[in-house]
Amino acid sequence: MMRIINPFFQITLKFLFVIQLLSVNVVSAEAKQTINIAYLAQEQKIPPVLSNLDAFIKDQGVPGAELAIIDNNTTGQFTKQQFVLKKFIVPLDGNVIDTFNKAIAGQYAFVLVNLPAELINKIADLPAAKQLLIFDVATVDDALRNQQCRGNVLHLLPDRAMRADALAQYMMKKRWNKWFLVIGATEEDRLFAEAIRRAAKRFGMKIVQEKPWEHTFDARRTEQSDVSVFTQVDDYDVLVVADEQGQFGEYLEYRTWNARPVIGTQGLIATAWHPTHQQWGAEQIQNRFKEQAGRWMEEQDYAAYLAVRAIGEAATRTLSSDLKRLKDYMFSAAFALQGYKGNPLSFRSWNGQLRQPVLLSAPRSSVAVAPIDGFLHPHTELDTLGYDQPESSCKWSQ
Amino acid sequence: MNKNVLGLFLMGVLNGAVQAETVFVTLEKDNALAVVDPIAGTLSKSVDIGQRPRGIAISPDNKLLYVATSDENTIKIIDAESLKEVGKLPSGKDPETFALNPAGDRLYVSNEDDSLVTVIDIPGKKAIKQIKVGVEPEGITVSPDNLWVVSASETTNMVHWIDTLTNEIVENTLVDPRPRALAFTADSRQLWVTSEMAGTLMILDVKTKQLIKTIKFEVQGVTRDKIQPVGVVIDKDSKRGYVALGPTNRVAVLNAQTFEVEKYLLVGQRVWNLAFSPDQHRLYSTNGLSNDISIIDLETQTVTKSVAVGTYPWGVAVKP
Repeated sequence: MMRIINPFFQITLKFLFVIQLLSVNVVSAEAKQTINIAYLAQEQKIPPVLSNLDAFIKDQGVPGAELAIIDNNTTGQFTKQQFVLKKFIVPLDGNVIDTFNKAIAGQYAFVLVNLPAELINKIADLPAAKQLLIFDVATVDDALRNQQCRGNVLHLLPDRAMRADALAQYMMKKRWNKWFLVIGATEEDRLFAEAIRRAAKRFGMKIVQEKPWEHTFDARRTEQSDVSVFTQVDDYDVLVVADEQGQFGEYLEYRTWNARPVIGTQGLIATAWHPTHQQWGAEQIQNRFKEQAGRWMEEQDYAAYLAVRAIGEAATRTLSSDLKRLKDYMFSAAFALQGYKGNPLSFRSWNGQLRQPVLLSAPRSSVAVAPIDGFLHPHTELDTLGYDQPESSCKWSQ
Repeated sequence: MNKNVLGLFLMGVLNGAVQAETVFVTLEKDNALAVVDPIAGTLSKSVDIGQRPRGIAISPDNKLLYVATSDENTIKIIDAESLKEVGKLPSGKDPETFALNPAGDRLYVSNEDDSLVTVIDIPGKKAIKQIKVGVEPEGITVSPDNLWVVSASETTNMVHWIDTLTNEIVENTLVDPRPRALAFTADSRQLWVTSEMAGTLMILDVKTKQLIKTIKFEVQGVTRDKIQPVGVVIDKDSKRGYVALGPTNRVAVLNAQTFEVEKYLLVGQRVWNLAFSPDQHRLYSTNGLSNDISIIDLETQTVTKSVAVGTYPWGVAVKP
């Protein structure tokens, strides 16, 4: 009896296998698969601002994730996959770790976090976080991508080193070899300045003078004369400013003692995304985003968009919702994320940083896109920006 | 009288010999249409056509040109002789690429911002259907046997197979990231699809909608990221196919039987779209950044000339 059944059974199995293979690419009716994604953020204090031209945006990141969910689900209707985003916005006086433990741990495999650097690793180190993948859509911290890196965290925004290298490539191309570095008072400004020093060394540029900015941040009391006096230093080609909060950087342009361009965190800036960016289909996503959110797309919106799209791309290609399969796919050579910046985007295997072009933008004009032509790399020119594999101090603990 | 007739006759002969064909190129930034004499290798003239012209096609009888003027949200019908506008088609928002059916009475438009394909009845000048497709549809083509319209969505990374009888999507095939352009072989048995982000050309079997082969382009001295295939055409005997490789400034020549890449031809900067001469002895490429078109002699497989046409040459159509 068994002998009769067995061959038949084998044939059926083979047949099933063939069908399985055929259905990998041609997408047809199957049971619906749901991929749940959590978005964790904390409300922010409204920072002091120089100019009231730029309104404070409370929900940076959220509409980006929402737009990507719509895009994922458009694809999902053909692959029978459904993507669901659940937002957890912790109040100012709330406890993020509690929210994570109660509402996210054990229930979500994919979590976007829009949180300060120090909170990200606190979450990543929680025991429950081993069963999920964290998408950092907010930080630019180099340490998080190096000595403090974690195997369960991916970083979507270019870090300070990538930004400084992008600026340095452009300055080198313009032969602005002598830099005057002006550094603000915050810890973030110190870190940005450090990235600028690293870039100067990497590209053989010279910082002829460094000065901390110690003047007042009040527009009424900081007169033009302050900047004129402040900028009377040995000759330089370009003023590089480190002022991440935007507390004084805008004062420098047009007020320097010598006529010199301003670059860095103000003037010509290095950014992941900008309203002036229209190339490579960017116009389409700028339009779609504006229609949906009623404002321009900011960096964190772009990062959240890419994070959700990365999950979508991996889920669509693998027809799976399994954390390990999706993560493996994201780190495979086949993974190529469309980011509207000309090059396919992918994750660096050595630290989880999304490799991507960096835009160099003036307030109303897109000036250049780094990597600048002529900066070469054996694998991909994108790795001329930031910490390349041999330079990285990240020890993955995947 | 006789003399005059002879004169006219001679002129006709000379004209026929000199002006064997006309190449029309849309100039996205100049809002103009360039008219090129490819035999002489010169720009004959350039005429105003409307805001942001991109996609262009010629009717099967070669009498009418269709030009998508994206910022005017329409497709204009242009008399191919006088170059005067003779009508407009309701294309939907921001038309970029579109395809004509072989009979020349249907036109299918990609509406990129709205994730739609609009079906237009040309004699009635009416939109008869809008089909929901994936995000950012771009490349679109009709099979020579008129059974299929295929639309590629750049962000959904799929090609959607639309039945021309029902105007419904019948099947979807997942392809490499950011599919851009599509072309059927003359026998309608294969569909060729370019992927800008993966740097590949995919050959799909029309019957099974399955992938037959993926061709990865490699150009010496150019890193992987820069290889971004866009326009694709296949000759009528399915001997060779040609793929524009965008910022590599090259056109790949493929053996359409073995799928081997035979050669890379250096053309202008950011090569976008391709079109054959009517006898398929030549190939014309629009080069977006160097503001010219390249003329490729297909017998010798060499680039013989480039003709400056204006700013941002985009689409190309040829009239015999």
